[in-house]
Formats: sequence, structure tokens, C-alpha cells
Amino acid sequence: MSGTEILSVDGLSMRFGGIVAINDLSFTAERRKITALIGPNGAGKTTVFNCITGFYKPSSGAMRLSHDDGQQIRLERLNDFRISKLAKVARTFQNIRLFPGMTALENLMVAQHNVLMRASFYTVLGLFGVPSYRAAERQAIDLARSWLDRIGLLERADDAAGNLPYGDQRRLEIARAMCTEPALLCLDEPAAGLNARESAALSELLLSIRADHGTSILLIEHDMSVVMEISDHVVVLDHGVKIADGSPQQIRDNPKVIAAYLGADEEEAIAVMESGT
Amino acid sequence: MATDTPHPTHARGPGIAFILKKALISALVALVLFSLMIGIRTEAGPAGQLVYWTRFNELAACVAIVFGGSIIVELLRQWFAPVDTVRIVPASTQRALAVLRRLLAPVLLIFTFLVPVIFYDQRYILDLGILVLTYVMLGWGLNVVVGLAGLLDLGYVAFYAVGAYSYALLATNFGLSFWECLPLAGILAAFWGVLLGFPVLRLRGDYLAIVTLAFGEIIRLVIINWQSLTGGPNGVSGIPRPSFFGIPLTPGDDGLAHMLDIEFSPTHRIVFLFYLILALALLTNWVTIRLRRLPIGRAWEALREDEVACRALGINTTTTKLTAFATGAMFGGFAGAFFATRQGFISPESFTFQESALVLAIVVLGGMGSQLGVALAALTMIGGFELFRGLDQYRMLVFGLAMVLLMIWRPRGLIGHRAPTVFLQHSHAISSDLVKEGHG
Repeated sequence: MSGTEILSVDGLSMRFGGIVAINDLSFTAERRKITALIGPNGAGKTTVFNCITGFYKPSSGAMRLSHDDGQQIRLERLNDFRISKLAKVARTFQNIRLFPGMTALENLMVAQHNVLMRASFYTVLGLFGVPSYRAAERQAIDLARSWLDRIGLLERADDAAGNLPYGDQRRLEIARAMCTEPALLCLDEPAAGLNARESAALSELLLSIRADHGTSILLIEHDMSVVMEISDHVVVLDHGVKIADGSPQQIRDNPKVIAAYLGADEEEAIAVMESGT
Repeated sequence: MATDTPHPTHARGPGIAFILKKALISALVALVLFSLMIGIRTEAGPAGQLVYWTRFNELAACVAIVFGGSIIVELLRQWFAPVDTVRIVPASTQRALAVLRRLLAPVLLIFTFLVPVIFYDQRYILDLGILVLTYVMLGWGLNVVVGLAGLLDLGYVAFYAVGAYSYALLATNFGLSFWECLPLAGILAAFWGVLLGFPVLRLRGDYLAIVTLAFGEIIRLVIINWQSLTGGPNGVSGIPRPSFFGIPLTPGDDGLAHMLDIEFSPTHRIVFLFYLILALALLTNWVTIRLRRLPIGRAWEALREDEVACRALGINTTTTKLTAFATGAMFGGFAGAFFATRQGFISPESFTFQESALVLAIVVLGGMGSQLGVALAALTMIGGFELFRGLDQYRMLVFGLAMVLLMIWRPRGLIGHRAPTVFLQHSHAISSDLVKEGHG
């Protein structure tokens, strides 16, 4: 049953008072694949993310996460920090949320909080500096160092995160999420505000994360060059409803998607496409 | 020190017209304020009627002082404060300053250890030293909650009171010794810290501050009104003095002086108290420094920086906040037990809001999160206040002025920058502009 899908969302709805942000949304994300969630502004993409990562409690619907060992977790029954701690779902934010007054290295150390807490026996033994905690801390620093090296920030490890350039902050936030060793990584517009070269580097980073760590990735993105290049599967949302679902090539040719993006009728979109080809 | 974007054209700040305008406004405000406070003096006449006379000369002098002072302050600001100016300090001076800064803490510590030796005959200085160290300890305790976790606590004195009353009541009713009561006082205070923590967990910022303020008042009012237990406004007296680990510091045959075969002096007890509070304060400091480098301490600071990101990283923000409250409260409890044993008498009057405000002022003035800064601030606030004793009724005025100037010069406290808890190559201090104050 655990099969190839890591996340299956079934009939997810989210209402804020009278406003329906997501209406009966169902989709799946494949294991070790990159699934992109796209759609025009206000389509409800970030709301879906907030439901998956426990920041919102969905009005109805089920979200099942299956781990490699076959364990199934119902995300809508967990809340808050437990999604990251138990279900191993990590996320980044549309507007970067690093700890600006802490160094890049410290940011990655905070991400390993739960591992280190256990190693320090919930602070009691750590206070006296037992060797087992020291070893765990060294391991945590090594993991952080390897991620800093990977995103090209090893030189700036001891600089405040708030002092880093924008692109570096974006990559650091992804590295921080990866330091929690997630099964599913949710990225909210990772390429926003990046230039073409930085976007290309980001695509490479995400592909290497998938290849080296076997982490499944769920991605919200507006930058179509990134989406089309790296995603294995694309889900398109408009006004809280799924309008298309398929491979990047299928999505590219789907008149409904083009209509949603251009804000035009379907017939017009088809006409535009036909005249273009 | 340098700002990111210097504007060469504005390097000297605004011009004379701006300064004069500002001074004029200040003078006008002063005129309105002082016209009744100083301009007219009222007194009860011989027959009980109200007599008044005007003092326009004094009023004019005050307004002139405000006008002149405002110009001077504005000029000083342009020289000292970083108003879009890039100040270039020679590298040699910077190195010397860095060495001085590194030496400051050890020198202060050694000096503190030597205070009872140097000032052995001066009871006043020893008492003042004990008072300063008590506030250093309280400041370090509150620093965990406010400085590290970023939770604004206006009711810290409640835990100080819990610690003091725990020791006083356990010692007078059950005859427990100071050393048995000290951990109990800490545990009880931490318990109340958790109890306060639970209802306020969902509150942030100003709302949190108001609830903690109320909590401080509740504890004080309960102490006043629960007469049968706490003696109400009469307080608890006859609290046992501390013993040197069981050996009393008294002139009798079983006293420490007799045992060591030296002449008894009441100063022995003061010196003992001095080293006792020094040890307690250093314990607080040691534990805080250790905690900062542990995952829990990093989680506190991360919580101050961004709570939402903490939750996304799987950090249980509830327990993280509760441990911050409990740890801070525990140190407050220790300090309270010490206070009770030093005074020998405690009453609710010692635990008013003013104490909370004073300790909070020490933490803010010191630079939130900085251990050395808090110690320096306690020294300035408590010691400095004593220093102005010769100025009689102008003491508060001068002290207030000093505080205002300090906050203009150092808006983020004496030591505003943050030292990283872990580093790969070099540990750079992090500028205070980047470090968040927390939202409660």
C-alpha cells in the first residue's frame, strides 16, 4: 500500500469564514520525485502548504504521508511542530524566515534541535558536558558544515544570516530545512527574487537533493523555467480548485492552464495557441 | 560601527536651522510644563488659606537651560551617535579597545573577589557590594527570559518573593537550614514560573507584559492578605542567619570564630554573605552560559528571532517557553532566599512592581542577552545611584538625565551585540541591528 506515493491529499478543503480558499483538492506526490504546485496569484497554493505543514487545520479532507518503512501518518491529525518532528515534513517560506541575528551555522544547528535535545538528555546531562553529547554536537556541526559547503556558504558560516545576500539566504533556508532530515521537503517559491544564474543553480541544488538524499520535494513556483526543467509532475490550481495535473509537457499544452494564466476564456486560449503554432 | 549606506552630503547631519528649531520646540514644551511647576509657588498661609507668588526669573532660567541644553545635546549627538556618518577609528585604537573589552570581565571578576579584602573595614561598601551582586544575579536570571527567549516579563519580582517567603516560612516553621531551603526555594519559584507560563503561552508582546505584571501583583497581594501564613503586612521576622555549612557565625563557643581561634567580628558574617551571593551569581552566570550553547539555549534565541520558523523546524515552542520561564524563575527564587537570610526580616513592601521595573531596566540597559552588559548595568544602576547620594534631592534628576543620555548614546544597551554560540573559523560579534528583541 505504501507504494510509490509519499503524500496523498484527498478532498482537502479550507474555508476562512465564507471564503473558500481550497475546494475539494486531491492530488498525490510521488516518492523521490519533484512535484510542482503552480497557479496564478491567489490560487491557494500557500494555503495548501500551510495545511500540509500544520500551520492551518483544514476544514475537511485527508492528507496521508507514507514513510519508506510503510508507516502511514495522517497529517491533518498532527499539528504545529509535530509535523516536522514526527512526520518529517520540512518547509521553507515565501518570505524568507531565517533567524537573522544568528550565524548561518547556528541556523543549521537550531534545525537539528530534536536530535541534539535527545543527545543532551533534555539538557540535564548536556549541562555537564558529557562526552556522548559532545560527540553528537560535533556530528551536528559536521552535518551543518557539509550543507554549508554544498550551498557554497562555508566561507560565510560565521556571519549573521541577516547579513547574507538574498540568494544566499534562500539557499540557506533550504539547507536549514534539509538539516531536519525530512522525508518530504516543501519549498514555497524558492526561486522568487533570484536572477537567471541563481535560478539555474537552485534547480541543480534541488535535483541533487533528490538524487543524493532521496528526499521527495513539493514545490510552489512561479518561475516556469525552474518548474518545467526540474519537476516530474505538475499540479495546477486556480481559485482553490485543481484544473490540471500531469507531466510538465502535458501542462504546457493544456488550454485550461493557459486560460487561467492569461485570464482569458478557454476558447480564446485555444485560438491563441493555434495561431501561434 | 559604520552604517551600511553612508550619504556623504548629509555626513554632518542637519544644519543650524534644524537644531535651532528643535531647541525652540523643546524650550516651548519646557515653558508650558514649568510655568505651573516652577513659575507659581503655592503654600498654606498662617490662617490656612492658599498663598501664592510668582517666580518668573527661575522660570526663565529653566527654559533657557532647556534651550541651551537641547542645542548641546543635538550637537553631541551629531558627534557621537551614528547619524549616517562613517567614523574611521585607527586600527591600532580598535585593537587596543578589543583587548580592553576582553580584559574587562576577568578584571571585574578579580576585583569583585578582592572587594572584601580591600574594603574589609568599610561596612557600607560591603553592604553596597552585596546589594549590587543581588541585582546582578536577578538581572542574569531575568536575562534568560527577556534577553534570550525574548519574553517580556514585568512580574519577575514575584519569583523573588516566592523564593524569599519559601525560605523564611520553611526556616521559621520547620527549622530547615538555609542550605536545605535554597534548592527548595529555587524549585518552588520554578514551579510558579511554569504555572505563570501556561496561561500566557498564547499571548505575545504587550499582552504578555500585562499578564506578567498582573501576576507579580497577585503574588504580592496574596502575601499581604494571607495573614495566617505570611503574617500579612507585618512580614516574617526572626529568619535564621546563614551558617557556614552548619557552623554558625556567632560569638559563642560553637561559632566559627572560636573554632578558628580568631577574634569574633560581625564583619565575618557580611564577608560570608558577600561571597555567598557572589557564588550564587556566578552559578547563575555559568549555567546561563552553558545553556546558551546547548540546544535549549539556541532554541530560546531562535524563538526570540522567529517563532514561526521554530515551529516549522519541529521545535516545541510551548516547552521551550516554559523552560525559559522556569529557569529564570529558579534563579529569582535563589536570589529571594538569599535576600531573606541577609535581611532576617521580609515583608511585602520589598516586592513591589518597582523592583521588577528596576531589574528589567538593568537587563535592557545592559543590552538584552549580554551577561557582561547586565553586570555592568547593575553596577551602574545600583552603584551609580549610591554615587549620587551627595546630591540630595537632585539625585533622581541627575540619575534620570544619565539614563536618558546613555540610551541616546547606546540605544541597544551597554553591550548590544551578540556573540555566536558556535563557530567554524572565527567568532564575530553580531551587530545589534540584526538581533531581534522578540515579540513576547
